[in-house]
Amino acid sequence: MNVTALPEQYESPRRNKIHPLKFALWVGCASLAMMFGGFTSAYVVRQAAGNWLEFQMPSIFLVSTATIILSSITLQLSYYHFRRQNTKPYRMLLVATFVLGVLFLALQYMGWLELTARGVELRRNPAGDFVYLISGVHAAHVLGGLAVLAVALIHAFRLKKFTPRRKLRLELTLTYWHFVDLLWVYLVVFYWLQNR
Amino acid sequence: MATTVVTQPAGKEAYNTDELIEKYGFDDHFHEHHHGDKFQSNFITKYIFSQDHKMIAKQFLITGMFWALIGAGMSIIFRLQLGFPEESLAWLKPLLGKWIEVNPDTGVGTLSQDFYYALVTMHGTIIVFFVLTAGLSGTFSNLLIPLQVGARDMASPFMNMLSYWFFFLASVVMFLSLFVSTGPFAGGWTAYPPLSALPQASDGSGVGMDLWLVSLVFFVVSVALGGINYVTTVLNLRTKGMSLWRMPLTVWAFFITAIIALLSFPVLVSGFFLLMFDRMLGTSFYLNEIYIGGQALDHVGGSPILYQHLFWFLGHPEVYIIILPAMGLVSEVLSVHTRKPIFGYKAMVYSMLAIAFLSFIVWAHHMFMAGVNPFISNFFVVFTLIIAVPSAVKVFNWIATIYKGNVRYNSASLFAIGFVSLFISGGLTGIFLGNSTIDIPMHDTYFVVAHFHIVMGVAAFFGMFAGIYNWFPKMYGRFMNETLGKIHFWGTLIGAYAIFWPMHYLGIAGVPRRYYRFDNFDAFSYFPEMNQFITIAAIVVFFLQVLFVINFFYSIWYGEKVTERNPWKANTIEWTTPIHAGHGNWPGKLPTVQRWAYDYSKNGVDYVPQVVPLGEGEEDMGRH
Repeated sequence: MNVTALPEQYESPRRNKIHPLKFALWVGCASLAMMFGGFTSAYVVRQAAGNWLEFQMPSIFLVSTATIILSSITLQLSYYHFRRQNTKPYRMLLVATFVLGVLFLALQYMGWLELTARGVELRRNPAGDFVYLISGVHAAHVLGGLAVLAVALIHAFRLKKFTPRRKLRLELTLTYWHFVDLLWVYLVVFYWLQNR
Repeated sequence: MATTVVTQPAGKEAYNTDELIEKYGFDDHFHEHHHGDKFQSNFITKYIFSQDHKMIAKQFLITGMFWALIGAGMSIIFRLQLGFPEESLAWLKPLLGKWIEVNPDTGVGTLSQDFYYALVTMHGTIIVFFVLTAGLSGTFSNLLIPLQVGARDMASPFMNMLSYWFFFLASVVMFLSLFVSTGPFAGGWTAYPPLSALPQASDGSGVGMDLWLVSLVFFVVSVALGGINYVTTVLNLRTKGMSLWRMPLTVWAFFITAIIALLSFPVLVSGFFLLMFDRMLGTSFYLNEIYIGGQALDHVGGSPILYQHLFWFLGHPEVYIIILPAMGLVSEVLSVHTRKPIFGYKAMVYSMLAIAFLSFIVWAHHMFMAGVNPFISNFFVVFTLIIAVPSAVKVFNWIATIYKGNVRYNSASLFAIGFVSLFISGGLTGIFLGNSTIDIPMHDTYFVVAHFHIVMGVAAFFGMFAGIYNWFPKMYGRFMNETLGKIHFWGTLIGAYAIFWPMHYLGIAGVPRRYYRFDNFDAFSYFPEMNQFITIAAIVVFFLQVLFVINFFYSIWYGEKVTERNPWKANTIEWTTPIHAGHGNWPGKLPTVQRWAYDYSKNGVDYVPQVVPLGEGEEDMGRH
């Protein structure tokens, strides 16, 4: 037993139904969303100032968008089977999510290569630099998501019992993964609205 | 009519709060899981990598005090330069090394001009971020939120520990930057490009700026981890009966502060990311056509104003991140030591919420001179001046709380009263500067320096001191020395006004800030005596703070021992814990809260702690 687990191990008199760590994650997501809000605001301000390169986004980014949405669906289904203790589909869907997450990053990388190949290389113009920067910082957050998914995978294949603690961990992973997914969808929609 | 059946029992321990907690408390079976304090029996987990919010609070406080001495010491060095530009500073050579240039013929030592800027920059960075953000809200949010809402610890003690250690890491990196051969960053604490974006722009813009950026990114991680915990703990871990309207104003203040920090600091990070790209990858987010030594750089089309927008979107909320915790501490301390309920409790909460909201839509008042559209400036002027309304409500309420109060004039309450004085003095000059028309002649003068030092520098320090003197018995089980405390208060109050009051005159006369010396300028060379006076006052005030630090550490080991749990006869529930509370705070059941925190002198009873149930027919002041 260690002291990290302090708030989980005693019955708390808390008034709200949501677990404190889940709530903490939501607060953290709101904070991260502000950072991307900062990026996109900077984008709007800079775009309005002129000297702005117009270019077509690589279509690979649409494939990557579909990939990360799909990964959210597989993770949600995996959680569905976890709750019903269907070990096999739970494990397989979790693996699928992880693979789709890695695929997303690979697709993003290909997107950057294609962007460079089209002459929108880094340092050419802030319009392109913003795309590299924002998608790059987003990719770093997906990488963090893959790390927690890896932990979830280890749990899925090593742990036998379906404990409430394990459920909480999976739910936290689920929330974060949906968050980075939604974040990317927001960025794509934002880009489309700004450049249509 | 309300008749009270609550009477205050006589005797030394006026209320037997243990009995009340045993009777009405909530049994969370904590001690079936945690026998004694066995997880923390070794030195490392108790004093270093502690997850106990009370220990983390002390770590924040002591690290903050370390930085406060460094930051204030730097100001003494540049004040010596400003007050006595002709005097030799050769005696500082052992401390500052090559930054003191000694003339081999005359033996006169002069402060390097580059290092003067580095000192000013580091003074600002250190005091704003490391002392008044981490040292103030880090200390008291950690100490008081779990204790005052009735929680065993923060929502995530582990994240809370990480929060301190990220701050420590930020501290180490910033401290190292003081020792690199090109010096620390010297482009001002706001780090505007191009000085911050071009490594070749000045000595400190190279390695010094890299370390500055790394340090501040660690710092923001620390603020985020801490803030997430504060918000979650307040919303999720309040004990039974602790409704939002029964929370002490301290907790409200920390809660609102944490929300502001979580929404504004990430935007600073996004600004920093753009800055790092410009510095390291050669992009042009902030950099326009620039010539260095007649050579044009590759950068085209960037906008340094964009950085200012992103910076001040944090920067303005930041000043409320600094002042709101001080306001919360002062409200609580004033109420306890005047033996009166805080005047206008709900108005206090609503005005803090209003200040928090307004803080996000006034950032461009820092940029009136940066070439923003004057019509947009109008918008920012209006909202800036509206902040005076909730601020005035708070000042009125503090004065109304003191009015006809049975004031105990001890160090804590004196500092709280001093806070109100400083907040008024500094706040009034804010009304001048908030007007873009008056700001145009006043900007970048000592008037601005005087304004923000009084209203958010010295005032926030006063709030912090009020908090330290008041909660020292809870932190260490001893009192601080009262006589030294009063010397500290009167000296600092008079000294702070002696430093900053004359600066208003300098500013009105147009004397610009950040200048290394003034005797070369006909227009600004009339005030050498005033600058000497300010420097002497600053030195005196600095040594008074050293006295405070001595008092602090002396009292930890040798101060007068606390003999009863609730030495101030306060209502809040942190005083129902044992004098030396272990991890988990309450040895048995968790207390439940029966009333709001401000039942002082109610129906002729001096004080009624929050754990005492309402009497029959007694009015519940904390109802929704």
